[in-house]
Amino acid sequence: MFFLIAAFTLITALMSVTEKKIFRAAIYLLFSMMGVAGIYFWLNYDFIAAVQIIVYVGGIVVLIIFSIFLTQQVGRAMEKPKRLRVSFSLLAVLFAFAFCFIIIWQNEFTNVEESSVELTANTIGEQLLSLTGHGYILPFEVVSMLLLAAMVGCIVIALKQVPVTVLKKEKQNSTLS
Amino acid sequence: MEVGLTHLLFVSTALFFIGVFGFLTRRNMITMLMSIELILNSVNINFIAFNKYLYGGNLDGVFFTLFLIAIAAAEAAVAIAIIINLYRSHSSIDIENADEMKF
Repeated sequence: MFFLIAAFTLITALMSVTEKKIFRAAIYLLFSMMGVAGIYFWLNYDFIAAVQIIVYVGGIVVLIIFSIFLTQQVGRAMEKPKRLRVSFSLLAVLFAFAFCFIIIWQNEFTNVEESSVELTANTIGEQLLSLTGHGYILPFEVVSMLLLAAMVGCIVIALKQVPVTVLKKEKQNSTLS
Repeated sequence: MEVGLTHLLFVSTALFFIGVFGFLTRRNMITMLMSIELILNSVNINFIAFNKYLYGGNLDGVFFTLFLIAIAAAEAAVAIAIIINLYRSHSSIDIENADEMKF
Protein backbone atom coordinates (compact mmCIF):
# COMPACT_ATOMS: atom_id res chain seq x y z
CA MET A 1 0.00 0.00 0.00
CA PHE A 2 2.81 2.39 0.90
CA PHE A 3 4.58 1.77 -2.40
CA LEU A 4 1.40 2.54 -4.30
CA ILE A 5 0.92 5.88 -2.52
CA ALA A 6 4.60 6.79 -2.90
CA ALA A 7 4.65 5.96 -6.61
CA PHE A 8 1.46 7.99 -7.14
CA THR A 9 2.94 10.99 -5.33
CA LEU A 10 6.25 10.92 -7.17
CA ILE A 11 4.76 10.35 -10.64
CA THR A 12 2.23 13.17 -10.28
CA ALA A 13 4.95 15.47 -8.91
CA LEU A 14 7.17 14.66 -11.89
CA MET A 15 4.33 15.34 -14.32
CA SER A 16 3.60 18.59 -12.51
CA VAL A 17 7.10 19.92 -13.14
CA THR A 18 7.33 18.71 -16.76
CA GLU A 19 3.80 19.38 -18.06
CA LYS A 20 3.54 21.93 -20.88
CA LYS A 21 0.14 23.39 -20.02
CA ILE A 22 0.19 25.37 -16.80
CA PHE A 23 -3.36 24.54 -15.71
CA ARG A 24 -2.68 20.81 -15.99
CA ALA A 25 0.51 21.29 -14.00
CA ALA A 26 -1.54 22.82 -11.19
CA ILE A 27 -3.98 19.89 -11.25
CA TYR A 28 -1.09 17.40 -11.07
CA LEU A 29 0.30 19.37 -8.13
CA LEU A 30 -3.09 18.95 -6.42
CA PHE A 31 -2.92 15.16 -6.87
CA SER A 32 0.64 15.12 -5.56
CA MET A 33 -0.47 16.94 -2.40
CA MET A 34 -3.25 14.39 -1.98
CA GLY A 35 -0.59 11.66 -2.24
CA VAL A 36 1.45 13.30 0.53
CA ALA A 37 -1.69 13.42 2.68
CA GLY A 38 -2.12 9.70 1.90
CA ILE A 39 1.39 9.05 3.26
CA TYR A 40 0.43 10.83 6.49
CA PHE A 41 -2.74 8.73 6.71
CA TRP A 42 -0.67 5.60 6.18
CA LEU A 43 1.58 6.64 9.08
CA ASN A 44 -1.49 7.14 11.34
CA TYR A 45 -0.96 10.88 11.62
CA ASP A 46 -4.59 11.68 10.89
CA PHE A 47 -4.55 15.25 12.18
CA ILE A 48 -1.57 16.26 10.04
CA ALA A 49 -3.17 14.61 7.01
CA ALA A 50 -6.37 16.57 7.57
CA VAL A 51 -4.42 19.83 7.93
CA GLN A 52 -2.47 18.97 4.77
CA ILE A 53 -5.65 18.45 2.76
CA ILE A 54 -7.31 21.60 4.14
CA VAL A 55 -4.37 23.98 3.75
CA TYR A 56 -2.56 22.66 0.68
CA VAL A 57 -5.31 21.15 -1.45
CA GLY A 58 -8.08 23.47 -0.35
CA GLY A 59 -6.02 26.62 0.07
CA ILE A 60 -2.72 26.93 -1.72
CA VAL A 61 -3.52 24.99 -4.90
CA VAL A 62 -6.84 26.81 -5.30
CA LEU A 63 -4.99 30.12 -4.83
CA ILE A 64 -2.47 29.08 -7.51
CA ILE A 65 -5.28 28.14 -9.90
CA PHE A 66 -6.93 31.52 -9.34
CA SER A 67 -3.71 33.35 -10.05
CA ILE A 68 -3.29 31.28 -13.23
CA PHE A 69 -6.73 32.44 -14.32
CA LEU A 70 -5.78 36.04 -13.59
CA THR A 71 -2.44 36.08 -15.39
CA GLN A 72 -2.40 33.50 -18.22
CA GLN A 73 -4.23 32.26 -21.24
CA VAL A 74 -5.08 28.85 -19.87
CA GLY A 75 -5.13 26.72 -22.99
CA ARG A 76 -1.85 27.94 -24.43
CA ALA A 77 1.21 25.76 -23.96
CA MET A 78 4.23 27.32 -22.29
CA GLU A 79 7.37 27.65 -24.34
CA LYS A 80 9.83 24.80 -24.07
CA PRO A 81 12.81 25.31 -21.76
CA LYS A 82 16.18 25.28 -23.48
CA ARG A 83 17.58 21.81 -24.01
CA LEU A 84 20.97 22.76 -22.56
CA ARG A 85 19.38 24.02 -19.37
CA VAL A 86 17.22 20.90 -19.03
CA SER A 87 20.13 18.52 -19.51
CA PHE A 88 22.40 20.33 -17.08
CA SER A 89 19.77 20.64 -14.37
CA LEU A 90 18.84 16.97 -14.84
CA LEU A 91 22.50 16.04 -14.41
CA ALA A 92 22.87 18.19 -11.28
CA VAL A 93 19.66 16.86 -9.74
CA LEU A 94 20.54 13.22 -10.43
CA PHE A 95 24.02 13.57 -8.93
CA ALA A 96 22.70 15.35 -5.86
CA PHE A 97 19.97 12.75 -5.41
CA ALA A 98 22.44 9.87 -5.69
CA PHE A 99 24.78 11.57 -3.21
CA CYS A 100 22.06 12.17 -0.62
CA PHE A 101 20.54 8.76 -1.01
CA ILE A 102 23.84 6.91 -0.65
CA ILE A 103 24.39 8.73 2.64
CA ILE A 104 20.90 7.79 3.83
CA TRP A 105 21.30 4.20 2.67
CA GLN A 106 24.58 3.66 4.52
CA ASN A 107 23.43 5.30 7.71
CA GLU A 108 22.32 2.91 10.45
CA PHE A 109 19.47 4.43 12.39
CA THR A 110 19.79 3.55 16.05
CA ASN A 111 17.12 3.57 18.77
CA VAL A 112 14.31 2.96 16.33
CA GLU A 113 11.07 2.88 18.28
CA GLU A 114 7.48 2.93 17.18
CA SER A 115 5.32 5.83 18.24
CA SER A 116 3.73 5.29 21.64
CA VAL A 117 1.83 8.56 22.10
CA GLU A 118 -1.83 8.52 21.22
CA LEU A 119 -1.96 11.22 18.55
CA THR A 120 -5.30 12.95 18.84
CA ALA A 121 -6.24 16.57 18.32
CA ASN A 122 -6.61 16.75 22.11
CA THR A 123 -3.00 15.89 22.95
CA ILE A 124 -1.68 18.08 20.13
CA GLY A 125 -3.71 21.05 21.32
CA GLU A 126 -2.73 20.61 24.96
CA GLN A 127 0.97 20.42 24.24
CA LEU A 128 0.82 23.21 21.66
CA LEU A 129 -0.66 25.65 24.16
CA SER A 130 1.10 24.56 27.35
CA LEU A 131 3.57 26.91 29.04
CA THR A 132 5.71 24.27 30.76
CA GLY A 133 8.07 21.57 29.57
CA HIS A 134 7.69 20.89 25.87
CA GLY A 135 5.08 23.56 25.30
CA TYR A 136 5.06 25.45 22.02
CA ILE A 137 3.11 28.55 22.98
CA LEU A 138 5.80 31.08 21.94
CA PRO A 139 6.27 29.79 18.34
CA PHE A 140 2.49 29.59 18.11
CA GLU A 141 2.17 33.28 18.90
CA VAL A 142 5.04 34.17 16.56
CA VAL A 143 3.38 32.25 13.72
CA SER A 144 0.09 34.01 14.33
CA MET A 145 1.87 37.37 14.12
CA LEU A 146 3.56 36.19 10.91
CA LEU A 147 0.21 35.27 9.37
CA LEU A 148 -1.22 38.68 10.30
CA ALA A 149 1.82 40.42 8.78
CA ALA A 150 1.51 38.32 5.61
CA MET A 151 -2.17 39.22 5.31
CA VAL A 152 -1.53 42.96 5.65
CA GLY A 153 1.46 42.72 3.31
CA CYS A 154 -0.59 40.95 0.63
CA ILE A 155 -3.27 43.63 0.75
CA VAL A 156 -0.67 46.42 0.52
CA ILE A 157 1.25 44.77 -2.34
CA ALA A 158 -1.73 43.82 -4.47
CA LEU A 159 -3.55 47.11 -3.88
CA LYS A 160 -4.22 49.09 -7.01
CA GLN A 161 -1.80 52.01 -7.03
CA VAL A 162 -3.56 55.38 -7.04
CA PRO A 163 -1.81 57.77 -9.45
CA VAL A 164 -0.10 60.73 -7.79
CA THR A 165 -2.07 63.41 -9.66
CA VAL A 166 -5.36 62.02 -8.36
CA LEU A 167 -4.02 62.16 -4.82
CA LYS A 168 -2.96 65.80 -5.26
CA LYS A 169 -6.36 66.74 -6.65
CA GLU A 170 -8.10 65.08 -3.72
CA LYS A 171 -5.91 67.02 -1.32
CA GLN A 172 -6.74 70.29 -3.03
CA ASN A 173 -10.43 69.49 -2.92
CA SER A 174 -10.30 68.72 0.77
CA THR A 175 -8.44 71.96 1.54
CA LEU A 176 -10.89 74.00 -0.55
CA SER A 177 -14.00 72.58 1.07
CA MET B 1 8.60 -6.18 2.63
CA GLU B 2 8.84 -4.14 5.80
CA VAL B 3 8.57 -0.41 5.17
CA GLY B 4 11.10 1.43 7.28
CA LEU B 5 12.49 4.89 7.74
CA THR B 6 14.76 4.55 4.71
CA HIS B 7 11.83 4.13 2.32
CA LEU B 8 10.15 7.27 3.64
CA LEU B 9 13.42 9.17 3.34
CA PHE B 10 13.72 7.93 -0.25
CA VAL B 11 10.29 9.37 -1.06
CA SER B 12 11.06 12.71 0.55
CA THR B 13 14.47 12.99 -1.12
CA ALA B 14 12.99 12.19 -4.52
CA LEU B 15 10.21 14.74 -4.01
CA PHE B 16 12.76 17.37 -2.97
CA PHE B 17 14.89 16.88 -6.06
CA ILE B 18 11.86 16.80 -8.36
CA GLY B 19 11.04 20.22 -6.91
CA VAL B 20 14.60 21.43 -7.46
CA PHE B 21 14.50 20.20 -11.05
CA GLY B 22 11.28 22.12 -11.68
CA PHE B 23 12.75 25.21 -10.06
CA LEU B 24 15.80 25.08 -12.32
CA THR B 25 14.03 24.40 -15.61
CA ARG B 26 10.84 26.44 -15.39
CA ARG B 27 10.86 30.11 -16.33
CA ASN B 28 7.30 30.95 -15.32
CA MET B 29 6.85 32.38 -11.83
CA ILE B 30 3.72 30.43 -10.93
CA THR B 31 5.27 27.09 -11.89
CA MET B 32 8.39 28.01 -9.90
CA LEU B 33 6.13 28.66 -6.92
CA MET B 34 4.60 25.21 -7.42
CA SER B 35 8.09 23.66 -7.33
CA ILE B 36 8.77 25.45 -4.03
CA GLU B 37 5.58 23.93 -2.61
CA LEU B 38 6.85 20.47 -3.58
CA ILE B 39 10.15 21.14 -1.78
CA LEU B 40 8.38 22.28 1.39
CA ASN B 41 6.19 19.17 1.29
CA SER B 42 9.22 16.91 1.15
CA VAL B 43 10.58 18.63 4.28
CA ASN B 44 7.26 17.97 6.02
CA ILE B 45 7.48 14.27 5.17
CA ASN B 46 10.98 14.20 6.65
CA PHE B 47 9.85 15.72 9.95
CA ILE B 48 6.92 13.33 10.26
CA ALA B 49 9.03 10.27 9.40
CA PHE B 50 11.72 11.09 11.96
CA ASN B 51 9.09 11.83 14.59
CA LYS B 52 7.38 8.51 13.93
CA TYR B 53 10.40 6.21 13.77
CA LEU B 54 13.08 7.76 15.99
CA TYR B 55 11.30 9.86 18.63
CA GLY B 56 8.06 8.01 19.15
CA GLY B 57 7.39 9.47 22.59
CA ASN B 58 7.50 13.10 21.53
CA LEU B 59 5.38 15.33 19.34
CA ASP B 60 8.01 17.86 18.28
CA GLY B 61 8.06 16.84 14.62
CA VAL B 62 4.30 17.29 14.45
CA PHE B 63 4.58 20.86 15.69
CA PHE B 64 7.36 21.68 13.28
CA THR B 65 5.19 20.34 10.46
CA LEU B 66 2.22 22.43 11.57
CA PHE B 67 4.34 25.60 11.71
CA LEU B 68 5.86 24.81 8.33
CA ILE B 69 2.43 24.43 6.78
CA ALA B 70 1.38 27.82 8.19
CA ILE B 71 4.57 29.48 6.92
CA ALA B 72 4.12 27.87 3.48
CA ALA B 73 0.60 29.27 3.28
CA ALA B 74 1.83 32.78 4.16
CA GLU B 75 4.67 32.49 1.66
CA ALA B 76 2.36 31.39 -1.15
CA ALA B 77 -0.04 34.26 -0.46
CA VAL B 78 2.71 36.90 -0.50
CA ALA B 79 4.31 35.39 -3.61
CA ILE B 80 1.03 35.43 -5.50
CA ALA B 81 0.40 39.06 -4.49
CA ILE B 82 3.84 39.97 -5.86
CA ILE B 83 3.20 37.99 -9.07
CA ILE B 84 -0.13 39.72 -9.68
CA ASN B 85 1.41 43.13 -9.07
CA LEU B 86 4.24 42.30 -11.48
CA TYR B 87 1.72 41.16 -14.09
CA ARG B 88 -0.03 44.54 -13.81
CA SER B 89 3.13 46.47 -14.53
CA HIS B 90 4.83 44.14 -17.06
CA SER B 91 1.82 42.13 -18.40
CA SER B 92 4.00 39.01 -18.26
CA ILE B 93 5.16 36.72 -15.46
CA ASP B 94 8.13 35.24 -17.25
CA ILE B 95 11.21 35.53 -15.08
CA GLU B 96 13.35 36.76 -17.99
CA ASN B 97 11.21 39.87 -18.46
CA ALA B 98 11.63 41.08 -14.89
CA ASP B 99 15.23 42.26 -15.06
CA GLU B 100 15.01 45.96 -14.13
CA MET B 101 16.87 45.42 -10.88
CA LYS B 102 19.83 43.73 -12.58
CA PHE B 103 22.85 45.90 -11.81
